[in-house]
Amino acid sequence: MIRKIVYAIFIGIIIAGVLMFLSAFPFGENKMLVGKYYIENATNDAGAPNVVTAVTLLYRGFDTLGEVMVLFTAALGVSIIFAVEEKKKKVVQPPNFVVRVGSRIVFTFILLTGFYIFMHGHLTPGGGFQGGALIATGFLLLYLSYSDTGINRKRFMVAEGLGGIIYVFIGLIGLFVKGSFLANFLPKGTMFDLLSAGILLPLYIAIGLKVGSEFAGIVDDFMCEARCTGGEG
Amino acid sequence: MIYYASSLLLIGIGLYALIIKKNLIKVLIGLDLIETGANMLIVSIGFVKGGTAPIFSKEWLVPPLFVDAIPQALTLTSIVIGASQLALAAAFVVVLYKHYGTLDIRKIRSLKW
Repeated sequence: MIRKIVYAIFIGIIIAGVLMFLSAFPFGENKMLVGKYYIENATNDAGAPNVVTAVTLLYRGFDTLGEVMVLFTAALGVSIIFAVEEKKKKVVQPPNFVVRVGSRIVFTFILLTGFYIFMHGHLTPGGGFQGGALIATGFLLLYLSYSDTGINRKRFMVAEGLGGIIYVFIGLIGLFVKGSFLANFLPKGTMFDLLSAGILLPLYIAIGLKVGSEFAGIVDDFMCEARCTGGEG
Repeated sequence: MIYYASSLLLIGIGLYALIIKKNLIKVLIGLDLIETGANMLIVSIGFVKGGTAPIFSKEWLVPPLFVDAIPQALTLTSIVIGASQLALAAAFVVVLYKHYGTLDIRKIRSLKW
């Protein structure tokens, strides 16, 4: 009982600290400093109507590269943790008939929606991360509906590596052509077109490939842990 | 204002689950709640009264009142990091359960406190 009270006081102190920090930032007021510059100049610098995408990929593209690295490290960690264990065949319940038939129809549309979302990341809300996660959920559905399914890990690793290489390569081309890493060296085109906004579209395609294949790999690791027959994990 | 209050509440509930709960799955849920609350707090700090999402459309080529775009961009990456971190933690929990046969942290020797 005393322990719980002590912990409650501890949580209260943390919340109070956050509140003290928040008192400097009243809700709903316009307190933009850097954000103002981004909103005013994003259409000229990037040629993309979506300011969030311009901030993520153009102004802070290097951060995003590091963030993709974090994702890669986590996926690698999951693979390594599950790889040391021995795999044995387990009895699993066969999936439901409705799920099995329905997933054949739905899987295509999930994949298509994922591609749509990361192709239109510079125009609409969305982008490579969201589209990639959606594609991975499609593969999760396949795993849930067929008990003997398994994705080809080698091909997914190729897709993952291709995404990372494209990202770094675009950055390096910008370094050599324009003089700074991830500079926008492609023509911007007309706004609101699909093929516009310079490097943002290929960057988001690369991120979508990478995130999708990484999350699908994580799904594969977890499902393999539940019902794998052995061999490579 | 309700956004500040509810995100702080989420962080509080997450901390409670993280500290008090003895089941490892519940600890993971607490971790995720803290992350969700923090994301919500960051986005709601960037909110501007009467502002819209920072995306230009053909009707609004002159910038109208937008909310701050930077917290949204940071939260976008933070969500993905949170998901991968949760997957890694869940993998650890699976291995711990295989090794000790329980999820109770009082019975897992190396986690006792």
